Amino acid sequence: MSDELIIRNLRVSIEGKEILKGVNLTLPKGEVHAIMGPNGTGKSTLAYTLMGHPAYEVTDGEVIFKGQNILELEPDERSRLGIFLAFQYPVAIPGVTVANFLRTAVNARRRAQNPEDKGIPIPEFRKLLKAKMELLKVDPSFAGRYLNDGFSGGEKKRAEILQMAVLQPEIAILDETDSGLDIDALRIVAEGVNALRGENLGVLVITHYQRILNYIRPDVVHVMMDGRIVETGDADLALHLEEHGYDWVREKVDNGTPA
Amino acid sequence: MTKETPKIVTRARRRDEAAVKEFAFRQEMVRSAGMSEFIRNYRLQAWQTYQSLPMPTVKEEAWRRTDLRGLEADLFRLPQNEAYLDLAPLPEELMRPIADGEHGGQIILMPGGSQVNLSTELAQKGVVFTDLRTAEEKYPQILEKVLNKVVKPTEGKFAALAAALADTGVLLYIPRNVEIDQPLHSLLWGPGVHLAHISHIIVWLEEGARATYVHEYASPTEAGQTLHVGLVEVHVGAGANLRFVELQSWGENVWNFTHERSQVDADGNLDWIFGAMGGQLTKNFADLDLIGRGASGRMSGFYFTDGQQHLDYDSQQNHLAPNTTSDLLFKGALIDRSRVVWQGMIYVAPGAMKTDGYQANRNLVLSRDARADSIPGLEILADDVRCTHGATVGKIDPDQVFYLRARGIPKVEAERLIVEGFFDPIMQRIPFEGVRERFQEAITRKMEVYHG
Repeated sequence: MSDELIIRNLRVSIEGKEILKGVNLTLPKGEVHAIMGPNGTGKSTLAYTLMGHPAYEVTDGEVIFKGQNILELEPDERSRLGIFLAFQYPVAIPGVTVANFLRTAVNARRRAQNPEDKGIPIPEFRKLLKAKMELLKVDPSFAGRYLNDGFSGGEKKRAEILQMAVLQPEIAILDETDSGLDIDALRIVAEGVNALRGENLGVLVITHYQRILNYIRPDVVHVMMDGRIVETGDADLALHLEEHGYDWVREKVDNGTPA
Repeated sequence: MTKETPKIVTRARRRDEAAVKEFAFRQEMVRSAGMSEFIRNYRLQAWQTYQSLPMPTVKEEAWRRTDLRGLEADLFRLPQNEAYLDLAPLPEELMRPIADGEHGGQIILMPGGSQVNLSTELAQKGVVFTDLRTAEEKYPQILEKVLNKVVKPTEGKFAALAAALADTGVLLYIPRNVEIDQPLHSLLWGPGVHLAHISHIIVWLEEGARATYVHEYASPTEAGQTLHVGLVEVHVGAGANLRFVELQSWGENVWNFTHERSQVDADGNLDWIFGAMGGQLTKNFADLDLIGRGASGRMSGFYFTDGQQHLDYDSQQNHLAPNTTSDLLFKGALIDRSRVVWQGMIYVAPGAMKTDGYQANRNLVLSRDARADSIPGLEILADDVRCTHGATVGKIDPDQVFYLRARGIPKVEAERLIVEGFFDPIMQRIPFEGVRERFQEAITRKMEVYHG
């Protein structure tokens, strides 16, 4: 019962302006859900809110995971509980290598479990990182580079997926992971996500375009418009949107048909 | 109900309090007995200069941001022989080797005494690495060759004071074409409330010589003020190569004044590193003089100030010959109410064509009440040169903190990681793992206090 992420009536404002106007969504582990929608409908706001960005003010609702309302937790606590956000715009941390950063993140998890923990032994960590880099076909030189500093768009997105592989979340939110990627880079990133799919991982793919869903096939597709989920269907819904655009959804909403 | 407390108003003698105090040093303290005539004259002339110069005040440009009115100058005295026996002992961890391999020599300077070790192999090659007093006794001919050549006692009150009264220090002399692989290490341990440690470090590399030298200053935090006044003179001969690391981890109540200059002759190279951790107030003049064609020098500084610390660097990169290269990078983080001043100048003399000068100062200001002033400057009197400078004062970016927290790293650790990352490029310039570790430990300690 607790193996799902449940979003109930989530309302969120930024600088006093309401962006999310009552979002309801249930994401079970083992499934891949897509959220599609035109620009500016609140998709990224949802992603940042789930991760706990301080700029987003929750005015109503709850998000339940493992029996807790995660909205009451700090961002690092949410992460350690098993939530992961692959950022649309990953932030550069100059002077901190990918390896150093990931080891710190792994150790933060271990220490949260056991305050006495001395941290993952370095050889063990190297082995772990090497295995994940091979799985995702990431160049070994990645580990020694400063995190996202001078990375190309494709490298940044691959670094996000590498982090996901190392941290092994139970719920992963991919925020516009396809944006700014050419088709080859997109395929590589999607292959990485597919390699991590399994019954212990629920994935929320947030995207503007259907393109990425050709590579990461969703179980459920939601359409978001004006701060609400207005349509839910199977993978064919995405294809339909690709072909017909969002206008028919908008008309449906405007005619007062509830989602 | 509040109890009424009598309010006592005293009219303080504000004018007295507001003045910078004079030191109580006297001419008898100039060590001249048994010295060669040259050294005696050098010291006595320095003493006269010292006496003729007033204590610097904020009215002088170079001291505009560093106020000496809090210095209890009149209370300082010089240590007696073997004074260290009654003072805080040198902690074990400072003796820990800072280099990965073996040291070629080590000197421990303590108030009123010193220990000197130099490998026989280096001594046989003619290398001199000894304390100042032994140098006066055994190597006056070397001192006569090098004294008064790099820093002139007339350059300032504290330079004159150090030249006149230095009773501790190091002479490192490396003969022509002698190359030393193992690093040399010296440590000045300066404990004692109201004690004045006055030091003179002289490094002289003859043509084609090569060495790595690490000098440290350290003291415990004690209940009253301690003074250090230092003179550092470095000569890198033609084609010689020196890596010189200076680290200070003074106690919290130390007032520290240093005049330093390195001159580099034709095709010589100097890699000069400054690390500052402690002290109440530091005023440091550090000049790089590129005196021969093709000389090059790099100055790297790192610091992390906290509490009420005040750190004031005044650097000069003087291109006095053609085809010379200089590169300065100072990086620091500030917390609490600490203050850092860096004022740097690249000077290119007439005729010093095809020089390349660079200077940058980057500060990370982590507390609202901390303050960093960066004042870069260029004075170019030659054609066909390339000089660039930059200064930045920044804060920790909240987006960086959020990103790291989104990976499960708690806020305090996320900030520490960002600060460490900020220092990483400068840490890469430090050749010793031991030094890097010590600085990293200090960052962690100061960040912990900062986060409460």
